[in-house]
Amino acid sequence: MSDESLKRVPLHDRIVAAGGRMVPFAGYSMPVQFTSIMEEHKAVREAAGLFDVSHMGQVYAVGPDAVAAVDRLVTNDVSGLVDGKALYTVMCNADGGIVDDLVIYRLSAEELLLCVNAANREADLAHMGAHLSGDVELQDRSDDMIQLAIQGPRAEELLQALTEADLKGLKFFRCQEAHIAGQPGLVARTGYTGEDGFELYLSNDGGAVVFDALTERFPEELTLCGLGCRDTLRLEAGLMLHGQDIGPSTNPYEAGLGWVVKLNKDSDFVGRGALAAIKEAGPARRLRGFVVEGRGVPRPGYPIQIDGEEVGSLTSGGYSPTLEEGIALGYIDSAHADVDSVEIAIRKRSVVARVVKPPFYRRPKT
Amino acid sequence: MKIPEEYRFSKDHEWARDEGDGTVTVGISHHAQDALGDIVFVELPAVGDEVEREQEFGVVESVKTVSDLYAPVSGEVVAINEELEDAPELVNDSPYEGGWIVKIAMSAPGELEELMDAEGYDEFLSGGD
Repeated sequence: MSDESLKRVPLHDRIVAAGGRMVPFAGYSMPVQFTSIMEEHKAVREAAGLFDVSHMGQVYAVGPDAVAAVDRLVTNDVSGLVDGKALYTVMCNADGGIVDDLVIYRLSAEELLLCVNAANREADLAHMGAHLSGDVELQDRSDDMIQLAIQGPRAEELLQALTEADLKGLKFFRCQEAHIAGQPGLVARTGYTGEDGFELYLSNDGGAVVFDALTERFPEELTLCGLGCRDTLRLEAGLMLHGQDIGPSTNPYEAGLGWVVKLNKDSDFVGRGALAAIKEAGPARRLRGFVVEGRGVPRPGYPIQIDGEEVGSLTSGGYSPTLEEGIALGYIDSAHADVDSVEIAIRKRSVVARVVKPPFYRRPKT
Repeated sequence: MKIPEEYRFSKDHEWARDEGDGTVTVGISHHAQDALGDIVFVELPAVGDEVEREQEFGVVESVKTVSDLYAPVSGEVVAINEELEDAPELVNDSPYEGGWIVKIAMSAPGELEELMDAEGYDEFLSGGD
């Protein structure tokens, strides 16, 4: 894919100037790293990292029926949200397959922000449009917004220097409107790294001011991070990547996401019938975590075997900089889902891997 | 990084340095280690293994990706860099010295002359790959 065909995020030139090594991702030119995936990963675990994730999609649902309408689109219970609260959920098709996974922020009784995956934005909008009902309008503001993530144990301390908002009082999966470096936006205590941290939703102009303010004020303390470490961080935290671990041919039960499916909620949401049947029958395969014993780096697509027989394959995998081991996610046939260990075929070798329940890493309690 | 003069390079981004005694030391180029990123594991052949030019003889795993190692010349592996077992990052930090991978006793010394010299490799890189 040539550079010209790739979309650019609003901060593209700043990212390149800061040393971003650009690669194609979800149709965008995005930095895979600035210095080293390993160093950036460690910075987020030990201090703080700054990610420009403006490729992510921001869709607003606005109108008197916003909550009820979105509740019918997703599996989790949106009606239970209060203003300023966020919710992780999946959105399924009529067969129970996962169209996307997303975070929903309730801004008011008549306004929700849906943060969706960049690669799925068009498909999501089509799906939502087809199933939307009531007095509500979907507004795709993805191109008009910058989304920054500040993640790591020092995230609160550093971001607090740029805002009057009480960040200590902002709990996990809560959000509030705030001025950051003088720019109005939404600050949310959410992220995709398994670390404490924040995501900021800002206008394109405001986001540039905030990015400059953060990088100029904290050139040492805040490490610029690319998508490479975003992937290793989320994998350690056992967080799903849509398009890899989950997708339209995956259902939430086999993915271990049954906890975001509320079959008994009031609305008759898309996929409910199919999901009830899958739950009743039990999924045919299960997502599991795998930790390689000894040396070897598991990668997506590698076969999972028991006594030489293939029982599944990996969907995500890589080297864990924190654990210094190879870790992976993958699906294994339900008949074998409770085994303690499997073999993973790594190219010409076969390695033993422990079967574990993700996450692989939990941040220390503070 | 300036490419060392006395090194010869393959199109697979391996280098070979003539030790003058019928053996060459082999590693991957600065360009290759830079493209791979943080290297976390090098799968080495065993001493005594026969390797053939342009055939796989090992694997380099980085955080980002995995890549085969291809022998720049044919011969027998007479030494492996055991330090890489515990310090694979040497390949990143010192691709032309401490990050060497194997030594090969050449079975067809003429193959060495068929590799690119530093200048040729530089041109090869700027030609895009």
